[in-house]
Amino acid sequence: MTADMLPVNIAFYAIAAIMIGAAIRVVTTKNVVHAALWLVCVLAGAAAQFILLASEFMGVTQVLVYIGAIVVLLLFGIMLTRAELGSSDDLDNNQKAVGAAVSFCLALVMGYVLWDAFRGESFSLVGHTTADLGQTTEQISDSIFSTYLLPFEAVSVLLLAALIGAIVLARRD
Amino acid sequence: MLINQFLFLAAILFCIGVYGVLVRKNGVMVLMSIELILNAVNINLVAFGARWGTMSTCVPGEPCAATIGPVFALFVIAVAAAEVGVGLALILVLFRNRRSIDIDELDLMKG
Repeated sequence: MTADMLPVNIAFYAIAAIMIGAAIRVVTTKNVVHAALWLVCVLAGAAAQFILLASEFMGVTQVLVYIGAIVVLLLFGIMLTRAELGSSDDLDNNQKAVGAAVSFCLALVMGYVLWDAFRGESFSLVGHTTADLGQTTEQISDSIFSTYLLPFEAVSVLLLAALIGAIVLARRD
Repeated sequence: MLINQFLFLAAILFCIGVYGVLVRKNGVMVLMSIELILNAVNINLVAFGARWGTMSTCVPGEPCAATIGPVFALFVIAVAAAEVGVGLALILVLFRNRRSIDIDELDLMKG
């Protein structure tokens, strides 16, 4: 590791620690609204990691779509289903030990595979411009509207279908 | 930066999300855990995009192989938005019919 990457690494580990702590609070807190607010913390941390990876467009999209739209939608869901807004002991089922064991084993397996496959493989973004890295908004839009035009259209049809489906499901008749 | 820094962070977030899906009873909380999982995948995709970007050379104005990561992450975000919209509509219908969004009580199809 070279010295010029040190600030980036410090920023990475600080943000990663915040993200993991907040993610653990999302799945363990006893208050539904607090869980949504901790989720904002994780998503904002992910946006910061995208900016560390020189992908500004993805960082901004993450803030707009996830924090701006999806979290607000989840909060609407919490309000409309009249969940208990205070603390509640009735949020988890009785399989906490099994769930923890399964996710711990999953973490072990994935950790071993990643360590085995990418051990010591490093890269440095210092000295590269966003354009070198192919991460400017212009380059991403060129890519979407040429190489990936068909998947893009498929995603727009999927969003339209989801929109109509949500309206049909949620309306009273 | 090691590529593994980002991959390990994503793996840990993924496992925390899996724990939430397995353990939570409230339908909205399960959706939040699914958001954690999808977000972990996005970190992986963008990290691979940045790694690939430092290995290839991009000509401005032409499609560049290094943009694959962010483009895939954008598709994941779009699918996540569709998923959360339909998921919340389902949970609202469930609440209207059963007066509860407890996932464990959904045993109508249990033999």
